[in-house]
This record gives sequence, structure tokens and C-alpha cells, in this order.
Amino acid sequence: MPITDRAEEILESLWIECAEHAKDQCDTSLLRDDDAIKELISHGYLKIHNHAVRLTQKGEKEARSCVRRHRLAERLFVDVFDCKKKMVHDKSCRFEHLLHEGLDESICTILGHPKECPHGRSIPEGNCCREAKKTAGKVIMPLSELEVRKKAVVSYLHTKNREALKRLLAMGVLPTMDIVLNQNFPSYVFQIGESQFAIDKELASAIFVRVNQR
Amino acid sequence: MEQPLKTEYRGPVEYSVEIALEKIGNLLTQSYGLSKRTIGLLLLQDDREIAELVGKKELDHLAQIEEIIRDAKIHYSYPVEYEIAMERQEEVRRIASRVVRKKRGKEPFAETLSRLTMNPVTGIPILFLVLYVGLYKFVGAFGAGTVVNFLEGTVFEGHINPYVIKIVSLIIPWNAIRELIAGQYGLVTLGVRYAVALILPIVTLFFIVFAVIEDSGYLPRLAMLIDRSFKKIGLSGRAVIPMVLGLGCATMATMVTRTLPTKRERLISTMLLSLAVPCSAQLGVILALLEGRPHAVLLWGGVIGLVFLFIGYLTAKILPGERPSFYMEVPPLRMPQLYNIIVKTYGRVKWYFKEIMPLFLLASVIIWIGQITRTFDLVIALLRAPVSWIGLPDEAAPIFLFGFFRRDYGAAGLFDLNKAGALSGVQLVVASIALTLFLPCIAQFLMNIKERGLKTALGITFFVLFFSFTVAFAVNFVLGNLGVTL
Repeated sequence: MPITDRAEEILESLWIECAEHAKDQCDTSLLRDDDAIKELISHGYLKIHNHAVRLTQKGEKEARSCVRRHRLAERLFVDVFDCKKKMVHDKSCRFEHLLHEGLDESICTILGHPKECPHGRSIPEGNCCREAKKTAGKVIMPLSELEVRKKAVVSYLHTKNREALKRLLAMGVLPTMDIVLNQNFPSYVFQIGESQFAIDKELASAIFVRVNQR
Repeated sequence: MEQPLKTEYRGPVEYSVEIALEKIGNLLTQSYGLSKRTIGLLLLQDDREIAELVGKKELDHLAQIEEIIRDAKIHYSYPVEYEIAMERQEEVRRIASRVVRKKRGKEPFAETLSRLTMNPVTGIPILFLVLYVGLYKFVGAFGAGTVVNFLEGTVFEGHINPYVIKIVSLIIPWNAIRELIAGQYGLVTLGVRYAVALILPIVTLFFIVFAVIEDSGYLPRLAMLIDRSFKKIGLSGRAVIPMVLGLGCATMATMVTRTLPTKRERLISTMLLSLAVPCSAQLGVILALLEGRPHAVLLWGGVIGLVFLFIGYLTAKILPGERPSFYMEVPPLRMPQLYNIIVKTYGRVKWYFKEIMPLFLLASVIIWIGQITRTFDLVIALLRAPVSWIGLPDEAAPIFLFGFFRRDYGAAGLFDLNKAGALSGVQLVVASIALTLFLPCIAQFLMNIKERGLKTALGITFFVLFFSFTVAFAVNFVLGNLGVTL
């Protein structure tokens, strides 16, 4: 049964205090009569012992997942929706509650299993991250980050510069085309169709590719 | 009869590119030398030139056409050119999949070589090898050395000049006219001699090397190697083409800067070509001058290279504008075809002579006028002061003045002075540096005006004038105080 948004926020704060600041209990006397606390206790996530709150094992797992969703949401807002960092926290606070089991893994995969949120705090690993470590890195990434000699498929082009887009189109860099990065230093050299092109980092960062997975 | 291939553009059901094309086609009344469909497609893809052309020709329907284009754009979520490119790609793939079959074999040698030229570890040594063999050995040693010695020494000084001088003194009684034709700076004895015996072989050999490099497909590889460094001086790898060409003839290279995409890049490269890129004529003479003094060559190269980077960096900092963008096709390496090289070289040499020969003769005439009116004596007297600041003897002053009429006149004058044993190693290096950086030759000055406008060209000229002496002064000062001998 899902818990309320407020309860999730409390779980998050507790987890940050306990796991990241290495305290084993917290004084939450101020919140004693709060509905959310009662809710968490009734779910078996919390235990109160002499005014101090402690996360249960079950609670810790849930809290960790809340933090993960929150920080993933932040990454999503910054990387994909291009939000300013200051506004991010607020928006993702609301958004994270929508990312429930399964959905967070898809987003994590699209983002390439990021390790840190935009504010530099680490994002707890999910199952998908552990799986990904065994197989490959990101699924979708800019050409500038693709491994040399690895086959990929152009997924989409993303640039605000209209001229750059025209240049890429003229080179035949189009979604669904196979692409191989031949070299990434001092410039990016890639093979597409029967042609080879050299481009700089700006253009290479505008081409997003999907790595072929076996 | 075969039908020309026509790609059907689909797009959103309610409003395809086809509908827009038909509507635009009905509104176009003028002829463009292109089909209405092509014009329509270019308009939809925001082609600036065609939009301007149609704007001028279709005054009555312009508003309607623009509305159709706006309408079409609304129905697509991506820019229309993107959608059109996608559909074309689809069509190409469909056709290719039916008629093309690929074989996978062993990597051919050209591929291996291609990778070596593009890897910085092997690519930079290869670049130096190309420069050493192509420029230093072939153009410098063989061209400026062997061939020029033969043409200038044996053919002109041994046969033509004495003959001309004899004839002129027999049939022309006036001394001034004799000087004009056969004097020290005469039309034949200097103008034609320099053009045919000095510049022709050097430039021709350079153009041969350039054509070989160009046809082999090496230039894009060089551009990709150098792009990162060129970005620091406000240029993209693409600018390597005018720069390398500038080692042949900076005047021609200035014209080639047209191929650079932004005004900023064109300005920066014009500046660098005027200042720090020595042309083949200068290179030939300077290398001959510094022959047997490897340290002097290194010092000269180092100072010119530093000036190139420093001024490029500074200009890029000062000039506003976007960072340049680099993109270039890297074609497979190919064996250059002899016939193509001959045709290209011939065309370029012909252009060079058509444009430059008159300037040579003009320069001879100007020098002649300057000499008989004694204007030059005045200018030379004025130049003596800066020339002595940089530690050179008074006899070097005319070299700088003539250097403006042809950069290589200057270098060649230096050559004569050195033959007379008048210069020390340090003086040679300082003079070479000053002459390399000094005012572009008159042909390049005119080309600068033509390509960049009078104001910019004058600005560049004054800067170069001031800067070349400053650098030469600094080098002389440092070497003098360190007590270096070269």
C-alpha cells in the first residue's frame, strides 16, 4: 500500500540523517503527533524509542528507494528538461512521488544510471544499475561519449543551433542510421553509411546514439 | 523514356509536404531554371538564397507563399528540413538495399595509412615528414636551390641580362630609359628575371606539392588533427587549407579564405596570412639564406610560430563572435592522378602569372620612378632608423622598402647582401624574422582590400608594420644581451 507524499519526505530526511550523516537515531519530538509519523509506524517503517526515531529494516529499504527516486527526478529535470538547478529541488519533490517501482528503473536506464544528483549527492543504486554494470554503460548517450569502434544507432539529434542541425542533416546523420565512432581525439571521426566525417565536440554532443546490445 | 526519380513526401496525414509543394507550385509564375517542385522544397527548407530570390520575383504572391510555408511548418514537430531528410534517407535505403551488396574483406593499406595520419601520435610526425619532404626538400632545396640557381645564374645573369643590357645601351640613348629596362631594378633585369627565374619555379613546385596533398585526401585529415589547436586562435580545422596554401602564395590564400563560413574566421585568417605565414618565395629565399645554420632556422621558425599563435589567440579574444564549428568529410586516401595534378598546377600557375606578373612589372616601374625622382632615397632614409634599431646595417633599408613591392624582393635583396658577406648570423635571423612578418607584398595588400575592405586592410597593414619591427627589435635585443652567435 502506497504511503502519503509527506510520509515519503520524512522517510527521505531520516535516511539522509542516518545513512549519510551516520547517526543511528533522530530526535523527532516535534513531529510526535504528526499523522505521517503515525502512518509510517503503522506500516512498520519506524520505531519510536524514548523520543528517538529509528528506521526499521523495512523502513530503511523504502527510505533509500525514496531518496533514489528524488535524486533521479532531479537528474531528469536537469539533463532532459533543461531546468535551472535552483528550481529543480522543488519540482522533483512533487515528481518523485510518481516514480514508483519499475518506472524509476526505466528513467534510470535512459539517463544512463547516473551516480550523482545535480547537487553532487550520490544516488543510491537500483537493481537496474547493478545489472547495467555487468553488461554495458549507458543506453543512450551523445556521440562524444561513445566508445571508439563500438557500433551504435543514431537515436535523435539535439541542438538549439539550427545551423548545426542543418550541417548534421547534410552529412546524413539521421535517426536509425548505423554509426561507428572511429576516433575521439583530437577530433571526433565517425563512419556513417559509406562516408567518414570529422567533427568537433560541440557537434558530436548534439548526436545522441543508442548502443547496440546483444 | 525513363522518368526522373521523384520522392513522395508523406508527413502528417492532414498536411503533407506534397500539398504545400502543389500549392506553392501554383503560385510561382516566374522561371528560375529549376523545377517548381525544387523551388518549393528549398523554400520549405528555409533556404535563404532561394527565399530572397522568390521574394524579389514573386511580389504578388509572396504573402500567400509565406503563409503556406508557415502552415506547413506548424504541422511538423521537427524542422521541415529534418523531416524531408528523413524521408529521403528512407528512399535511399530502399533503393540501395535492392541493388547494393557489400563484401567484407581485409583492411586495405589505404585504411591503415588513413588511421595513422589521423592518430596524433603518428599523425604529427607524418605532418612534419610531409612538410620536410614536400616543402623543405622539394620546394626549398630543389626549387629555390637547384632550379633557381640554374635559371637565375646561368640563364639570366649568364645569357639574357648581358645581352639585353648590350642591346639597350646600343639602341637607347637616354640613360633613364636604359635604367627602366635594363638597370639594377629594370623591367627585364629585375621584373622579368624575378618573375621567371625566381618565383616561377618556386611557385610551380609548391603548387605541384599542394595538388598532390590535395588529391590524396590528406588535407581533411590534417584539418581534423589541428582543429583543437586552431579553435584556440578562433579558427576551425577548415582554415588549415588557406594556411597551407599561404605557404605557397599568401595572396591566393587570402582569396581562398572566402571558403571559411564566418566573417570572424575570414578576418582572423587574413590577419595571420598577412603577418605570420611566409609565402613559398620568401620561404625559399629565407631557407637558402639560413642554410648551414640549423639553430638559426629553428629560432626563426620558433619565433614565427609563436607570433602566429599569440596574435591568433589575441585576435580571437578581441573579436566578438561565435566559436567556429568544425565539420568536414574525410574521404578515403587516394593515389593522386598525374594528369589531374598537371592540369591543376597549370591552372594555378597560369592564374598566378596573369594576376601577379603585371604587378611585378608595375613594381619595377614604381621602383624606377621612385629612384629617378629620389622619393625612394627619402623613404629609405626614413627607414634607416628602425632598421638600425633592429641591429641591421644601413644597406638593409632598401630591402624593406622593396619588400613591400614583392615580399620576396626583400628576401632576395637580403640574399644578395649576405652573399657580399655583410651580415652575421644573428643579423640574418633578425632580418629574416622582420621580413617574414613585415608588410605583405603589394599584391596581397590589394587582395586584402578586395576581400576585407579598405579600412580593415589598412588597419592590418599598419599593425603588421609596427609589429614586425617590434618583434625583430625584441629578438635582436635578447640575442644581443645573451651574447648568442648563430
